[in-house]
Amino acid sequence: MLDGDPYTIVENEFVKPGKGQAFNRVRVRNLKTGRVVEKTFKSGESVEAADVHDTEMQYLYNDGIEWNFMDPDTFEQLIASEQAVGEAAKWIKEQDLCKVTLWNGVPLSIEPPNFVVLEITETDPGLKGDTSGGGGKPATLETGAVVRVPLFVQTGELIKVDTRTGEYVSRAKEA
Amino acid sequence: MSPAARDTAAAGLPWRPCATREMLEARAAMLARIRAFFAAAGVLEVETPLLSRAAVTDPALTSLAVRPGTGVAGGYLHTSPEFAMKRLLAAGSGPIYQICKVFRDDERGRWHHPEFSLLEWYRPGWDYQRLIDEVAALVRAALDRPALAVERVSYRALFRDGLGIDPWETSVAALRDCARRVGIGGVEGLELDRDGWLDLLLSHRLESGLGRGRLSFVHDYPPSQAALARVRPGAAPVAERFELYVEGVELANGFQELTDAAEQRARFDADLDWRRANGQAEVPTDVHFLAALEAGLPESAGVALGLDRLLMIATGAPDIDAVLAFPVERA
Repeated sequence: MLDGDPYTIVENEFVKPGKGQAFNRVRVRNLKTGRVVEKTFKSGESVEAADVHDTEMQYLYNDGIEWNFMDPDTFEQLIASEQAVGEAAKWIKEQDLCKVTLWNGVPLSIEPPNFVVLEITETDPGLKGDTSGGGGKPATLETGAVVRVPLFVQTGELIKVDTRTGEYVSRAKEA
Repeated sequence: MSPAARDTAAAGLPWRPCATREMLEARAAMLARIRAFFAAAGVLEVETPLLSRAAVTDPALTSLAVRPGTGVAGGYLHTSPEFAMKRLLAAGSGPIYQICKVFRDDERGRWHHPEFSLLEWYRPGWDYQRLIDEVAALVRAALDRPALAVERVSYRALFRDGLGIDPWETSVAALRDCARRVGIGGVEGLELDRDGWLDLLLSHRLESGLGRGRLSFVHDYPPSQAALARVRPGAAPVAERFELYVEGVELANGFQELTDAAEQRARFDADLDWRRANGQAEVPTDVHFLAALEAGLPESAGVALGLDRLLMIATGAPDIDAVLAFPVERA
């Protein structure tokens, strides 16, 4: 916790002259705004820990503004802001289990499953030879995300995507 | 644990070394060049205890305490062989060097490891400016780069040219303003004394420019940062201390050695007062070292140089783990 906001440590560099004060130069991300800032601390100094924890929740629906999640054990429902959902919006479908980071019971960030299976809603038939030279073509998925897929994959097919890299993994039989 | 369970638990452990075979060879070759350098210069290689009854008082260093075993008293692992080597000098050893492991608790990072290899040497009858020349020659030999350029810059000139402030004259408030002005993050929350602010500015804004394609020696420090260096009196007294930087990294620290026993005792006491006031461990001072100073330490210049960092620079290693067989997490 810094100035009342929860932060996560992105990078922590130990800086110390042979004879003198040791510092930790830390890059931290504000979990509310997503902004990354640099802070310097004297080594060994302590900072209040944010009461943040991760929990697995099921994505229910999006009403256009808010994203609704449910705890699959207690059936308790929570609302996440667009800010908190962030990039995950590109990948998640109703019923997907996501990692939700809660701070004081409020969702701070949403992490999609590492792999998702999504339907291709639009892609070029691309049978007439590959002109890009990259051995692939863009495909729009049902969630709106665009990924590069091999030429043989067609509209209406299901594919498996790695959400950490945004890359196509394989064709899939069913979700 | 049963043998079978033990084998299962051991199966996934990262037992392999971090350093590659080539890195082990580079280290061995570097050590051989260093030993050849000192053999040619007529400097005697010595060994002194790693485990001492006494510890360093310097508040910036944390000694690792060793619990008493059976029969032999415990003590502290040394943070440098300085006190013992000066006892050898006082006993008339002549010029000496040592390559040894030293231990500093609470130091871990890309450039720090709590156990590291140090080269330390002493030149009785020399002054520190002459020793700077020899450090340059040694590093050129160790890196096998005989034409590497050398520059000398005083601590005062470094701050004046780099930040536009005089480290002797500038107030603590102005040092804080300077840190804010140069964009060091989180300055509002920092409570530091004068030397703390100077350390912050040096380590965050000045060091990275030093030693680029050359050896940069920073010399003549504020008296408050003398450590074990002699202070040269004058209108603005300076500590006769130097540091070597290569590629933005602090590599060596040297002194015109303090030989005045009463002054040394006073500095130990000041360190211990600081430790008491700031809740740091109180440690037994090295009384044998003080006795040697009272008997008479010849006027000497001495320096300590970090060998793991030197090897990192020689090989372009990205972090200290890459030059170590087994870093502390898997030691």
